[in-house]
Amino acid sequence: MKNKMNKTTKNNFITYGIVILLFAVVQTLSSTGNLSRLLTGLLVPLCVYTIAAVSLNLVVGFSGELSLGHAGFMCVGAYSSALFSHMTADALPSVPRFILAILVGAVVAGVFGVLIGIPVLRLRGDYLAIVTLAFGEIIKNLINILYVGVDENGIHVATTSAGFKLAAGGKKILKGALGISGTSALYKDIKENFFLIGVILVLITLFIVQNLVNSRSGRAIMSTRDNRIAAESIGINVTKYKLLAFTVSAALAGVAGVLYSHNLSMLKVSVFDYNMSILILVYVVLGGIGNLRGSMIAAIILYALPELLRGFANYRMLIYAVVLIVMMLFNWAPAARNWRSRMVEKFKGGKMNKEAA
Amino acid sequence: MAMLEVNHLSIQFGGLRAVDGFHLNIEKGELYGLIGPNGAGKTTVFNLLTGVYKPTEGIIRLDGQDITGKSTIEINKAGIARTFQNIRLFKDMPVLDNVKAGLHNHYQYSVLTGVLRLPKYFKVEKEMNEKAMEILKVFDLDKEANLLAGNLPYGKQRKLEIARALATEPKLLLLDEPAAGMNPNETLELMDTIRFVQEHFHMTTLLIEHDMKLVGGICEKLTVLNFGQVLTQGETSEVLNNPQVITAYLGE
Repeated sequence: MKNKMNKTTKNNFITYGIVILLFAVVQTLSSTGNLSRLLTGLLVPLCVYTIAAVSLNLVVGFSGELSLGHAGFMCVGAYSSALFSHMTADALPSVPRFILAILVGAVVAGVFGVLIGIPVLRLRGDYLAIVTLAFGEIIKNLINILYVGVDENGIHVATTSAGFKLAAGGKKILKGALGISGTSALYKDIKENFFLIGVILVLITLFIVQNLVNSRSGRAIMSTRDNRIAAESIGINVTKYKLLAFTVSAALAGVAGVLYSHNLSMLKVSVFDYNMSILILVYVVLGGIGNLRGSMIAAIILYALPELLRGFANYRMLIYAVVLIVMMLFNWAPAARNWRSRMVEKFKGGKMNKEAA
Repeated sequence: MAMLEVNHLSIQFGGLRAVDGFHLNIEKGELYGLIGPNGAGKTTVFNLLTGVYKPTEGIIRLDGQDITGKSTIEINKAGIARTFQNIRLFKDMPVLDNVKAGLHNHYQYSVLTGVLRLPKYFKVEKEMNEKAMEILKVFDLDKEANLLAGNLPYGKQRKLEIARALATEPKLLLLDEPAAGMNPNETLELMDTIRFVQEHFHMTTLLIEHDMKLVGGICEKLTVLNFGQVLTQGETSEVLNNPQVITAYLGE
């Protein structure tokens, strides 16, 4: 029993360790000038997708609901925080402003999580997937026609370009399909540290999700996944815990969105389409449903790979496809799983023998 | 006062009256059997008692408290726990966590305490672990505590389901065919376990069973259900020798 506690704690710390190790390696490479411009550009998006994949795993892996609207929550977080950053650009120094922007993104996405979750979690399986998919598209199209600006009279919101009129000296922030520009320029002084901030956010996300999963609430969430009727029969409020998982996941997706939008000088809403949601789902499924470390590793490999393979031009997508299939087999084929557990036992046995000797 | 008091309980599914005018009185500490041929409505009675179905008519009182029409969660909190005919465990969770899920409403800390790992988390988790292991020991499952519940052999899965139900500290335990699919040895062992639970936890138990050896062996009283109606009820020996009961089971 005590061993088991230690085992989960140990597992959590291994995951944090991997993140810190990767960060250290990247930092060393970059300080010695061995990191290409291409790779440097990938670092922050890697953190974004890692956070997104880990948070989606909370819903797909632990709560057992297939959500295809993750990009929608990222979108909400990205835009709300970018608006916040622009509006407070003159009022606050960049560090507290960025921290607040992250909170704004998380809270707004979380609120959307509750609002969407209440009706959607009445549905199951495919229906839930379809409605969350629709949510992502609706959010995308809504923001696409939204104009937001600020002048001395306050904040102005319009849905058409013609109806969008500001007093002289006003600032147009969100310009419909053109999106928000210049967000990253607001943070010139800390832009260099965005990768560090991203890694810290990845660690915070892992901390929240891992601790949540290994707590009383986490057990309740998993029990509703394994058997809804049995969970109710032992007095667990199924709706409450499904909603909790959904909301936390949405809020963390919002954080990923904040990081994404603040890293770009041009933020267009068209990137948050269903392809992005599916991409994140692919990371979760291939990394292992319910396996947080797996989601993280899958996100890193599968996001970086197509970019790194640009040199191979035409063979790029072919190699990507092969890697996808190999990962799928490695994680899910019974033969591969048996082989893996044998290897783990062998490794453990070897270690024990060494200790004995 | 009766632990469970059921009067005029009926449910209508379209044109079918699956349970019709069902009545039952179980005293505290009794081990009560509910028997009847296939399709008589036994599991439907369980589903009515636990709020899975809302009764069309009738009243259910648990320990004097009216629980008619309440939700499954409220009824569990009021003190009824059950097992299922087709085992419903949390298969991808460890055995220990299945029982700890049962302790959910008795050992509380907030979501934030869990995420931030405040001292209360460690204190309550430790208490939960101890309590869960204590329950698992009763069912001789303590050695399997870290296995996934789905990997347990069949008989032990049945036991784990009872353990999980008991973790919710019920006043009344409903067992739906606990011996289904067990071999004679396992059934004997199960009878001992049920008797032990009855004494050790001062439990009141209502069980559905087809195995007449088990029913005759441990139940003090029986109710026989046929076509949704009570055929007869009373002391076990009388009921089992009732010619009507034999006819219902074996036909004319």
